Amino acid sequence: MNVFRYLPTDNLRLSIGLLLILGLVAFWVLGGIFIDLDDANPISGAPSQAPSMKYWLGTDAQGRQMLPLMVAGVPITLRIGLIAGGLGVIAGTTLGFTAGYFRGWIDTVIRSASDVVLTIPALAVLVVVASTLSSGGLSANSMALIVALLSWMWPTRTIRAQVLSMRERSFVDMARLSGMGNYEIIVRELLPNLFPYLVASFVAAVAAAILAAIGLEALGLGPQNDPTLGMTIYWSMFYGAVLSGWWWWYAPPIVVLVWIFVALYMTSSGLDSWANPKLRRT
Amino acid sequence: MTTRQFGARLLVFLIVIWAAASLIFILPHLAPGRNPVRERLIQQAAGGGGRALGIEATIAAFERDFGLDKPLWRQYLVFMGNTAKLDFGTSLALYPTKVTTLIWQALPWTLGLVGVSTLLAFGLGSLAGALLAWPGVPRFVQFLFPPLMVMSAVPYFLLGIGLLFIFAFKWSWFPIGGGSPLSSYPEWTIEYIWQITYHAVLPSASIVLSGIGFWALGMRGMMVSIANEDYITLAEMRGLKPRRIFMQYGLRNALLPQVTALGLALGFIVSGIILVEFIFRYPGIGSLLFRAISAFDYFLIYGVVFILIVGIALSTLLLDLVYPLLDPRIRHGKD
Repeated sequence: MNVFRYLPTDNLRLSIGLLLILGLVAFWVLGGIFIDLDDANPISGAPSQAPSMKYWLGTDAQGRQMLPLMVAGVPITLRIGLIAGGLGVIAGTTLGFTAGYFRGWIDTVIRSASDVVLTIPALAVLVVVASTLSSGGLSANSMALIVALLSWMWPTRTIRAQVLSMRERSFVDMARLSGMGNYEIIVRELLPNLFPYLVASFVAAVAAAILAAIGLEALGLGPQNDPTLGMTIYWSMFYGAVLSGWWWWYAPPIVVLVWIFVALYMTSSGLDSWANPKLRRT
Repeated sequence: MTTRQFGARLLVFLIVIWAAASLIFILPHLAPGRNPVRERLIQQAAGGGGRALGIEATIAAFERDFGLDKPLWRQYLVFMGNTAKLDFGTSLALYPTKVTTLIWQALPWTLGLVGVSTLLAFGLGSLAGALLAWPGVPRFVQFLFPPLMVMSAVPYFLLGIGLLFIFAFKWSWFPIGGGSPLSSYPEWTIEYIWQITYHAVLPSASIVLSGIGFWALGMRGMMVSIANEDYITLAEMRGLKPRRIFMQYGLRNALLPQVTALGLALGFIVSGIILVEFIFRYPGIGSLLFRAISAFDYFLIYGVVFILIVGIALSTLLLDLVYPLLDPRIRHGKD
């Protein structure tokens, strides 16, 4: 199969996505080397300063410097996304394979459950869980676990659909005829073939988890002591930054978040079209 | 849809409602070693300068009133009974206002905002996606696609803050927040309706701008495969007008999976709208939820979340009931 034929349209998306992710990692690594992260703490600078030579991205009303704040916030956001998205994909893969491969009543149960939970507004349920379990604020890790509770449905749904069609292929019949057990077929035949799919749904799950985490943080339910991107937005809204014209307070987290979401979106849709030839005709 | 299918669908609906209510009942009991509602009451009593002796009596009275001294299973039954009557108790922060009263005040705002912007995004997005995939459509339409796609990756509320900054703060074209002018009160006058629309432009624009790309993407995929179908070729050979082929042979068929996707996306949309309302201080359910969170007003939080889940479950139920009308194959029981 000539993969290179599709380079101009498909890999463009994937390469833009990967480049953006690389840029993000570079921002974090270089920022960590060249910028003193203590400046992300309150009163490290004068309050509410516009960007200048001294404070490159300005400061917020408590005198946190925005640039160090962003450098400190990116890894927390990514960590929450990776933990929650990873758990979601592991659960989704297990459920998707169980449902798609064994079918029957267990498929009915898993499919209906994921379809039903999918329609429930995740943010609302997360708000209930987060506000009930923590009046004193959550840690970034426990927030990741809470977000993971509702990040298994899409992976389950998409992986199940793929398994369902792939188990009918002749190489699976071949494996079965040559005496492989169900478990062996899943691990040795199906999993490797679905690998690009798993990666694509992992990236999508990370994006969804970050979205949910940012939502919780923006509503004031995030980690109180960590300088997360969502909390920055929460405080800027809390102090009426829009009305006061302090655009440098909310613009940096928005730019970084849009960067993250576009990067993950491009990567995931690039991977998708790589994994699924049907999407390639444009 | 057969009676049996309808029964099964209704059962799923009831299970969702039951699960949501149970979750709300169970969660406070799972909180490590304490009852958040009780803690909140102690906090409030202490803040109000009540004597320490009085607090315990208050809590005892509260627990008696709410039946918290009864065994757990009876509490559960009482809670379920109240929830079935849509009685979520009184707000802790705005005592003695009923939670239900606050929700009914906020609900019309959210319904209007969600309804209008979702329909706009769905309609415009589907149309854009269909045009993008259809052969013979001007080339410049193709250039719409990348920006639409990027836009769809951006969460509503981030886009909302951007719009707020440009159009409300910088250029002052639109109000900076709220649902209507502070000095006005609801009445059926042209002026008031105009004001509501005017205030709703930016919040709904942030939902529509980000939503269009999402719906366009799905529609484009469907239209690409439909454009290659034999029945389209046949329609062309019969000499039907291109416009008619596009609308009735292409669009109509491609729209069906979109409607299914709409049902699945509702939860996502509502999650997004909660945040948009918070950003724009729009007087709907989302802002109410935010106020409840800020004040640790647990009964209000639980009430709002329950209503949100019921609303979405109802909408998907309706969508599933309407679907057979759109798709004759299901209507006649041929799957």
